[in-house]
Amino acid sequence: MSAAGGTAPRPAQEGAAGRAAGPVLEARGVSKRFGGLVAVERVDLAIAPGTVHSLIGPNGAGKTTLFNMITGIYRPDEGDILFRGRSVAGLPPEKVAERGISRTFQNVRLFKELTALENVLVGMHLHLRANFFDVVLHTPRVEAEERRARREARELLAAVGLGGLGDELAKNLPYGHQRRLEIARALAVRPALLLLDEPAAGMNPRETEAVMELIDGLRRERGLTILLIEHDMKVVMGISDVVTVLDHGAKIAEGPPDAIRRDPRVIEAYLGKAVER
Amino acid sequence: MDILPQLFLDGLVVGFVYALIAVGYTMVYGVLELINFAHGDIFMVGAFVGTEVLVALAGWGLRATADPWLALSLALLPAMAVAAALGVAVERFAYRPLRRSPRLIILISAIGVSFIIEDLVRLVETIHQGKFVLPVPTVFPDVYHVSVPGLPSPLTIKANSLVVVGAAVIMMVVLTLIVSRTRAGRAMRAVAEDPVTAALQGVDVDRIIALTFLIGSAMGGAAGVLFATQYTTITPYIGFLIGIKAFTAAVVGGIGNIPGSFLGGILLGVLEQVGGGFVGAKFQNVFAFCVLVAVLIFKPSGLLGQRVQEKV
Repeated sequence: MSAAGGTAPRPAQEGAAGRAAGPVLEARGVSKRFGGLVAVERVDLAIAPGTVHSLIGPNGAGKTTLFNMITGIYRPDEGDILFRGRSVAGLPPEKVAERGISRTFQNVRLFKELTALENVLVGMHLHLRANFFDVVLHTPRVEAEERRARREARELLAAVGLGGLGDELAKNLPYGHQRRLEIARALAVRPALLLLDEPAAGMNPRETEAVMELIDGLRRERGLTILLIEHDMKVVMGISDVVTVLDHGAKIAEGPPDAIRRDPRVIEAYLGKAVER
Repeated sequence: MDILPQLFLDGLVVGFVYALIAVGYTMVYGVLELINFAHGDIFMVGAFVGTEVLVALAGWGLRATADPWLALSLALLPAMAVAAALGVAVERFAYRPLRRSPRLIILISAIGVSFIIEDLVRLVETIHQGKFVLPVPTVFPDVYHVSVPGLPSPLTIKANSLVVVGAAVIMMVVLTLIVSRTRAGRAMRAVAEDPVTAALQGVDVDRIIALTFLIGSAMGGAAGVLFATQYTTITPYIGFLIGIKAFTAAVVGGIGNIPGSFLGGILLGVLEQVGGGFVGAKFQNVFAFCVLVAVLIFKPSGLLGQRVQEKV
């Protein structure tokens, strides 16, 4: 703990202001097996506050499995995951969301039969207090809260570039918009840590550019910490502060983008095939 | 053809009762993809609680006919509350522990719960009343004979029928508002589409499922009271056939789809009355289930349903 100097590590506090000085998210020796297959093997990870941290690696390297462990879909077989100093390993997804982690998916998983606005409102679920009886009796509290929530949801839609599209059914939005809507929904959870699973997948270069700008803006304007899975090396190298490389479930390299680009192990495992330049 | 308008009206009344029960099947199917075979029996419990209240009121000197609105309210509220509590308990103890088991296991559990409820009610009523087939006190005794120009005979309309339809419409409107406009309704629709993703947004899926059972069962309980006042005799076994009919209605409308189950209920009620009226009342059930078979063959997703993609 010498690096911490005068500020001895304290138990992390809840709330926006109480962010501990250490990493926002820390994985310690996390493993996950499916039958005989080792999907993730003793991975350590530390994500500093306010950074964009990328996770790269060939298909099947364990990136999405790691996401699923962080967000409570899987329980790690070994190791621990700490969020703001408290363990979240094995918590159910809704509790993880409550702690302040939200995510998007590799394959868009919107509520397709709900409108764009309703999708964002579901993301806000945790922050709406009205209970069943308030709703049935339709108290003024419900009325005021719903109005506030709808306004906030519209602002979030505007922030990701979907202003005015709130009443469209999610399934009727074009693919690029669906990806943005997923980000808006994730932001509605009011996370401290946002996990983006291939946000630029299937996008043309112009759309990719716009997504990079959006991610950069989230970090700068909202002070979010972002963990990113991405295959598009232009995105990874362009916006990451730190890159972690996974291969066959194990971490093989970590560092700033420039160092990763030159790392022979990475080139061998991954970049050598993927980037032809 | 003379009897057609009358059959149509009678069919509407049964149809609204089916619709109220069908909603319970459809909502539970929406969130769990489970056919809750105990739902018909929750309807039956509602009928018994309501009837017992009416009988007790009469015992205390308050005849239902003296103040029918008060009597109906006093019967509906506890019936809905007991049905709701029972529905939530069934989910908690008979379905939730099996949620990760194969679909067939949980279905069998539902059938088991159905038998348990039926025979428990029979036991309790036999101890309490000395019989388990109960006559239901009349609440709205008036019968209107409405002459319609062009019809040879006047239409017979029970005041109670109007109350049944009115109450059903009010409940459907309230339910639709809850599902479409409120935070809980939104969460329900989200859970129905994708429970894992809903949980990742912070939605407590178990709670939403419990809430779904609560609302669906309360509506089923209310349907029980309305049915009892309309058809004047109840047994612990009414839930089986009416439950299956309401389930048919939900399938006809498109299971998982709430407006569809309203429509399916009303349609089924009218079809079986009209069909039975022409061929013979004994054939009502034949009509109802022929409709089920026809829908399953020609439009398996139901009238308002969409093709559900198999979840992978």
